[in-house]
Amino acid sequence: MYLEFISQLGYLIGSVCFVWGLKLLSSPDTARRGNIIAAVGMAAAIIAILLAPMERGDNNFALIAGGLVLGGGLGLFMAYKVKMTGMPQMVSILNGLGGASAVVIATVEMSHYYDGSRPMSDSQLLIPLATLLIGGIAFTGSLLAWWKLEEWINDNALTLPKHNIFNLLLLAVIVALGVWLFIQGPEASFGLAMLFMGLSLLYGFSFVIPIGGADMPVVISLLNSFSGLSAAAAGLIYGNNFMLVGGILVGASGTILTLLMCNAMNRSLLNVLVGGFGGSSGPAKAQQGDLVIREVSLNDAAIQLFYSQSVVFVPGYGLAVAQAQKVVKEVDEILEKNGVDVKYAIHPVAGRMPGHMNVLLAEADVPYPKLLDLEEANDFIANADVAVIIGANDVVNPAAEDDPSSPIYGMPVLQVWKAKHVIVLKRSMRAGYAGIDNMLFFHPRNKMLFGDAKDTLGKLVGELKGL
Amino acid sequence: MDGFIQFFQDYLLLIYLLIFTIILGFEVISKVPTVLHTPLMSGANAISGVVVIGGILLVRQSESEDVLSMALGMVAIVLGMINAVGGFAVTDRMLEMFKKKKK
Repeated sequence: MYLEFISQLGYLIGSVCFVWGLKLLSSPDTARRGNIIAAVGMAAAIIAILLAPMERGDNNFALIAGGLVLGGGLGLFMAYKVKMTGMPQMVSILNGLGGASAVVIATVEMSHYYDGSRPMSDSQLLIPLATLLIGGIAFTGSLLAWWKLEEWINDNALTLPKHNIFNLLLLAVIVALGVWLFIQGPEASFGLAMLFMGLSLLYGFSFVIPIGGADMPVVISLLNSFSGLSAAAAGLIYGNNFMLVGGILVGASGTILTLLMCNAMNRSLLNVLVGGFGGSSGPAKAQQGDLVIREVSLNDAAIQLFYSQSVVFVPGYGLAVAQAQKVVKEVDEILEKNGVDVKYAIHPVAGRMPGHMNVLLAEADVPYPKLLDLEEANDFIANADVAVIIGANDVVNPAAEDDPSSPIYGMPVLQVWKAKHVIVLKRSMRAGYAGIDNMLFFHPRNKMLFGDAKDTLGKLVGELKGL
Repeated sequence: MDGFIQFFQDYLLLIYLLIFTIILGFEVISKVPTVLHTPLMSGANAISGVVVIGGILLVRQSESEDVLSMALGMVAIVLGMINAVGGFAVTDRMLEMFKKKKK
């Protein structure tokens, strides 16, 4: 009896730690403590479940201990191995694993249900079904998101014609099969339940397939939310309140981030999921007669930056790809020494996950008061001497403001063309990830500096030191 | 339809908990600054590792001879644990970077 009480207390402490930890995680000064408190909550709950008396089963503590050590070890290894530029992939993988774990649990409990060793009331059957569906989507969706982020899979390579209709039909079939399984109860077979699982896994893939590069922050936040919900659903299988609370909190935070990302692009979630960007949009008009691209030499760029009063860097996914964050910081330091006011303009959806640029710049020791949000940044840019665009494209595209035919029309962007001079660091004249031409490159105030961002910035440091 | 009403009645208390937790979650996290988006996401991600509790329950409630349950339960524990430990550790690593240049 005491054991049961202690384990219940452990759950309660765990739940409070989760809420408290998340609260602290949403403020910069307390975030680290919040994360640790949440981890303590998890540890408390694991101890609680190990102590709780069971009505059946053989406990099998040795196996459990092995699993905990193995999983914990692998988790630590991954966490310390991953590069900060690989964060979006890491988050995707972790999202997927949570979903996979929930699917495995639901599968086993379903098999017990159909062989009669675990009776469930008719209504209870709804829960493992929901777990299979949500967990399945979180698992395969995250897997595909990961592959896309690693660029193992091209964004448009797998999209079927009328892919959205295919997705809708697939979802309809899954829901119909689920309802049928629910109504049939124990009369249905385990095989059909596995078909339901298979289709859910397929849907996870299929629903991420058409969503590409620039929409990645939305997808990752959404999958984050799903992995939480699948954990909550798995908790309901056991009537475990603690798992429910933890899972729902994650679901809520994932949903908030999803909505924030959608707002930042001024698009609805539905619009993102159905896919307005990328392949489906018509080719943007490019050739309008006398468009001239001006290039700037490294030396000129260095002089221009060195004698400015204020410079703003606009990082994008290209910065992450080139791993140029530390070189940017070097340029920043040299300029600061010469009395230049250096700031960074961070668009909420720059990069491939929410807050991507902040993490990279933090790794390079850029103090975060120098990072400006969209609105602050636009105020700053209006008075800045030079705006340097490093691997960003769609978030600085003027078409969002002046071209109603553009797929990104209406999305709030960084108005870099209002700075006195613009320098764009870019590998080539390829269109952005959204596949849209960027008229900024032809803007009279803009000059291009072609080459790999890290390479170019490294040379720029050399030039600046020579001044 | 009866099935759904039955479901609602069986789980009424859990449904209360569900709704209040949703509201609480939104309230607690609604004003998060951009700089913390990634740590919040990966920290929350780690919390979704609570699914490991389900894996432990599954294995503890299984008979040792039930190889399928034991094996899959073990898989669930390992996956959930990677999610939880990996998530907390990587979030801590990130936040450590945020911390050191604050001074």
